[in-house]
Amino acid sequence: MLRLEDLQIPDMETINLTIAPGECVGLSGESGSGKTRLLRAIADMDEHGGQAYEEGVAQDRIKAHEWRRRVALLPAESQWWFDTVGEHFNAHTEHIDALGFDAAVMNWQISRCSSGEKQRLAILRMLANCPRVLLLDEPTANLDANNTARVETMIRSYVAEHNAIAIWVAHDVEQIKRVSKLRFQLNDGRFVKVWPV
Amino acid sequence: MNTEFIVLTAPDLVLASLLVLALIGLGARLRLGLSLTLTIAALRTTVQLLLVGLILEAVFTEAKLPWILLIVLVMMIVASWEILARQKRKLKGWWGFGVSTFSLFVSSFFITLLALSFVIEAEPWYTPQYAIPLLGMLLGNTMNGIALGMDRLVQTAWQQRAVIEQRLMLGQQDREAIRDIARDSMRAGMIPTINAMAAAGVVSLPGMMTGQILAGSPPVEAVKYQILIMFLVASGTGFAVIIVLQLITRRMFDSRERLRFDRLLRTPR
Repeated sequence: MLRLEDLQIPDMETINLTIAPGECVGLSGESGSGKTRLLRAIADMDEHGGQAYEEGVAQDRIKAHEWRRRVALLPAESQWWFDTVGEHFNAHTEHIDALGFDAAVMNWQISRCSSGEKQRLAILRMLANCPRVLLLDEPTANLDANNTARVETMIRSYVAEHNAIAIWVAHDVEQIKRVSKLRFQLNDGRFVKVWPV
Repeated sequence: MNTEFIVLTAPDLVLASLLVLALIGLGARLRLGLSLTLTIAALRTTVQLLLVGLILEAVFTEAKLPWILLIVLVMMIVASWEILARQKRKLKGWWGFGVSTFSLFVSSFFITLLALSFVIEAEPWYTPQYAIPLLGMLLGNTMNGIALGMDRLVQTAWQQRAVIEQRLMLGQQDREAIRDIARDSMRAGMIPTINAMAAAGVVSLPGMMTGQILAGSPPVEAVKYQILIMFLVASGTGFAVIIVLQLITRRMFDSRERLRFDRLLRTPR
């Protein structure tokens, strides 16, 4: 369970929200409406007011890096700092084939990966930590239809299998309909539930 | 010590200054745009060194502790100021000045103290003929190391902000997320000193040793002093850079392991 209690972010109304395990929540809104800032606050990457709880554990009761291992944020643009893909993974990775790779991908040079490949690899890298909550900032923005479908299926099965939680930011309302049963929208700093009405 | 060295006269220096004047003239003719800077630098070096010579003569004859401490204080403050002046981005408020002064103090000051009391064993320990040149040499080198290491850390962290934050998002600790950058910065701060040690005697004769030899010391005696200085400089610089990097890293992150670039200030150029 993820619970946001009086979460305060500048220029945004106070947010109270509870998401049950196994649920994937869609979040949409215009550019600059604060979707990314909301995800960053939940991952404790920015200063904010209020409190967040994951399985009853308050954000500030555990070390920030432990919180971020449980509550993982996937940024819109992934960053890579070593030469090869494998060096960025510190744990054994499942799901490699689910995103259309084979084990040899770990020896690939980062400089030769396309932005779409990096985006899919970033998802694998995040899931290697086995996070309880996934905060996904437009995870399929650089992907073709085929790979978008793979990511959607894989995230849905991860959430179901691990009884995890996902907040999925997307522009495409159709995608949100495919992956989630709940949709919220950020409009001029207001956080509103749009679906199901 | 043997004092049979050749005393330089004013005409000797005038002759040397003609070389600089010739360079300034040539620079102006070729429009290299360095004549003014060079003139100012040459004047500064003359005036500053003459002043220091006069002050040192006065202090050496008197050898009073308060005066020596005053000189030490001025040297440290100027060195800290010089470090900050070379930063593109620095910590806001008193932090920038505090961090550099503290690390200079802990390294240069204590190492000089240690060398004076246990290695050189001058009587009294603050004998200015030893204390001031020693501290000066340590401060000069430490200052360079700190300035280079600090600038590299802050600038690289600024440029690689997205990478650091990505590493934090993956659950790395703040120290781990900045480790590669800190290591690079440590190397940047230490490389001049390490190069100087490696090249000493083979490529270049260190300035202090050259000075002693010119002043009539036997070369082997001058060499012993130079080795002492090299060791002091290397350890002083190393400790200072480590302290500075630790303090700045601590300040760049907050207690929730978030990058806090709002604590940095861009130095206007």
